[in-house]
Amino acid sequence: MNLTLHVWRQKDASSPGRMVTYEARDVNPDMSFLEMLDVVNEGFESEGKEPIAFDHDCREGVCGMCSLVINGIPHGPDSGTTACQLHMRKFRDGDSIWIEPWRAHAFPVLRDLVVDRAAFDRIQQAGGYVSVGTGGTPDANQTPIPKRAADMAFDFAACIGCGACVAACPNASAMLFVGAKVSQFAQLPQGQPERSRRALAMVRQHDAEGFGFCSNHRECEAVCPKNISVEAIAILNRDYLKGALLSEE
Amino acid sequence: MQLDSKVPSGPLQDKWDNHRFAMKLVNPSNKRKYNILVVGSGLAGASAAASLAELGYKVTCFAFQDSPRRAHSIAAQGGINASKNYPNDGDSVWRLFYDTVKGGDFRSREANVYRLAQVSANIIDQAVAQGVPFAREYGGLLSNRSFGGAQVSRTFYAQGATGQQLLLGAYSALNRQIGAGAVKMVNRCELQDIVLVDGQARGIVTRDLITGKLESWSGDAVVLATGGYANVFFLSTNAMGCNVTAAYKAHKRGAGFANPSFTQIHPTCIPVSGDYQSKLTLMSESLRNDGRVWVPKKAGDARKVADIPESERDYFLERKYPSFGNLVPRDVASRNAKMVCDEGRGVGESGLAVYLDFRDAIQRLGKDAVAARYGNLFHMYHKITAEDPFETPMRIYPAPHYAMGGLWVDYNLMSTIPGLHVIGEANFSDHGANRLGASALMQGLADGYFVLPYTIGNYLATASLPKVETTHASFQAAEREVADRFSKLLGVNGKQTVDSFHRRLGRIMWDNCGLGRTAEGLQSALEQIPKLREEFWADVRVPGTEAGLNQPLERAARVADFLEFAEMVCWDALEREESCGCHLREEHRTPEGEALRNDKDYSHVSVWEYKGVGEKPVHHKEPLAFENVKLSTRSYK
Repeated sequence: MNLTLHVWRQKDASSPGRMVTYEARDVNPDMSFLEMLDVVNEGFESEGKEPIAFDHDCREGVCGMCSLVINGIPHGPDSGTTACQLHMRKFRDGDSIWIEPWRAHAFPVLRDLVVDRAAFDRIQQAGGYVSVGTGGTPDANQTPIPKRAADMAFDFAACIGCGACVAACPNASAMLFVGAKVSQFAQLPQGQPERSRRALAMVRQHDAEGFGFCSNHRECEAVCPKNISVEAIAILNRDYLKGALLSEE
Repeated sequence: MQLDSKVPSGPLQDKWDNHRFAMKLVNPSNKRKYNILVVGSGLAGASAAASLAELGYKVTCFAFQDSPRRAHSIAAQGGINASKNYPNDGDSVWRLFYDTVKGGDFRSREANVYRLAQVSANIIDQAVAQGVPFAREYGGLLSNRSFGGAQVSRTFYAQGATGQQLLLGAYSALNRQIGAGAVKMVNRCELQDIVLVDGQARGIVTRDLITGKLESWSGDAVVLATGGYANVFFLSTNAMGCNVTAAYKAHKRGAGFANPSFTQIHPTCIPVSGDYQSKLTLMSESLRNDGRVWVPKKAGDARKVADIPESERDYFLERKYPSFGNLVPRDVASRNAKMVCDEGRGVGESGLAVYLDFRDAIQRLGKDAVAARYGNLFHMYHKITAEDPFETPMRIYPAPHYAMGGLWVDYNLMSTIPGLHVIGEANFSDHGANRLGASALMQGLADGYFVLPYTIGNYLATASLPKVETTHASFQAAEREVADRFSKLLGVNGKQTVDSFHRRLGRIMWDNCGLGRTAEGLQSALEQIPKLREEFWADVRVPGTEAGLNQPLERAARVADFLEFAEMVCWDALEREESCGCHLREEHRTPEGEALRNDKDYSHVSVWEYKGVGEKPVHHKEPLAFENVKLSTRSYK
């Protein structure tokens, strides 16, 4: 396959960026999208040109590092898939492909396709945990948890923190990301004591980071590589409201 | 080099308890005066950083990714072992200990393994309290499965994402401490050197991957939780960024490196498909619980699966190992896959694959039940290969996966450099010559939550630690060395890319130090590697500058270290004139082709001391005493 790539190039956070066009020749349809970029980059490197910077690590769809908007869709055209698990057989010979970074006020571009997602960590630090120290915990089987609750908690906990939800949202809201963590703990007895406090603290940090509010476009759910349901946002809204109205804190 | 394992005296069952009592404590009000540098934020690093901060120490934690949650522990699929004996099937601390020592082919330290089995149950309690959503039964209690060669069901799991869920648990504990100001987290920052002052590890030099700035950090102790080095093979199941740099820099500063050739080749990975390939994807070995491994009986049989009648299929693991069948440990499964492929019976285009077939499981359990167990893995396989495992068998082949070898540590998890502690995959301590499935997560978290927080206190309470600032000459000198190395990498300005060198190194290692090893092959590798290293330093092309984000420069620095480290791996493999666990020396096999151990001469840990680039490292031995386990030939027949 031969492809035309239009790629966002930007030297650093303070320089302006622009789309640059490259040709990718002899692309094997069995390559992953990132392997296709590797080959293009290796060509650049052998000519002494600076390659296209992009984040990636595990290449198994679970570390959440890769973060490309491909033809306008975070992680590209294949649903339930990260960019690293997207394969070139999804494209056709002669295609033009536009590749851009996540775009959101709270995710500044650091270089080319690499963005700063530290805001996500700060939201988790504000309350995305059960306050339990190491040691002194009760036997794991002391508290039975209904299988359905445990399975639901897992489905929400599957979030990889990639930020595709933000990149897809017209308001650059991170409510799906926040909702996934809040909803995981909301299913479990361990999460109950801090339930209101957690929702309030995480939303407060979410807003302080400059993420927008959810207005039910559901773009986040459509692009989430882990298929996390917008039910997470409903649970978050309920816990937030309940906390705001009834919390003693 | 002194190798004092510091294993406490007394009966095995009492060693850890006695040792905990014998260790000195740091007064609670003094803990905040100690600054601990934790490098790495995977299961071991995150759990250690969080636990140490909870105790009151000042902690600084470093990760090269943009968040601690990205560490490669996240990719572990199958599960975590613990001697809970919830299924009432005969498990115990003693049995988990015995299985681990035996599974490691009697090349690990008894006391460390026993302690690991002891604290394993606490890890499950800890994770559940953090809200880790393990799989459960309808009654609400935790579900267990049998995994990778165990005859009891002691593996706890969260679908095929156990590593992710456990790491996010440790990450949440770490976040709580970062939020409270007790841990300073430094992301996108890579260790470049360890700094010794008066023989003690007192700090590190790092490179900020965004600005390129070098920085020194001083502390009272340094903890390396920097993972394994399977990427020395270029293609492995590790994440792209996994590297040996931190461990190797420590080695160059005087830390002994133990059993570097003990590298686990995982039997169930998606086979190589082309030169462009950047990594190999693991398929959890839990698949072997229900999948049956086979190849055609006839060599060169190119028929489609459906055209090969049952009578012409060789279920070679079930045939050779009737009592364990498809569940033999990883080293045995990998070796047998290689053997049938060497006989020309491999499948797929390359002939380097075997089938993993779910036809019978689907018939027995129904498609829905199989999907409930392995749905996400089937989905991943389908995505990558465009073949549906519900319709046609998976093709799998072994791939480098895990490093049992690592920096040598004593019972307190301290290396031969005072103050330098090493935890998780980065150390060598618990898995001997072969790690059992679902034991990596157990060891990483045991070290971080329940061992290091005790032992490091003893070090801090007993060592003399005068205040050291980063203005100290040792820091200045280390920073200069690091800066010179980066300038040198950029200054070569040759013609070949960093990855082309890494790929060639990987080929040398896989061909000569992979699944089967011979003296001849290893000697050839030891001739090829220094030549490749010379060529690298004469002809590598690294574009860009030191300042700013420069991904080729990051990789060049890692590959430069792999090019030195690889030689030590081969020296170790050459020196060990026996077969044990993952280490199969073709010269040492039983008539049936099984590994032939030599307990008389090789019942020891090989520890290597650095002597200079290209110089043969000096070989030291820590003898292994087996007082509680009788050395036997591993038989899975």
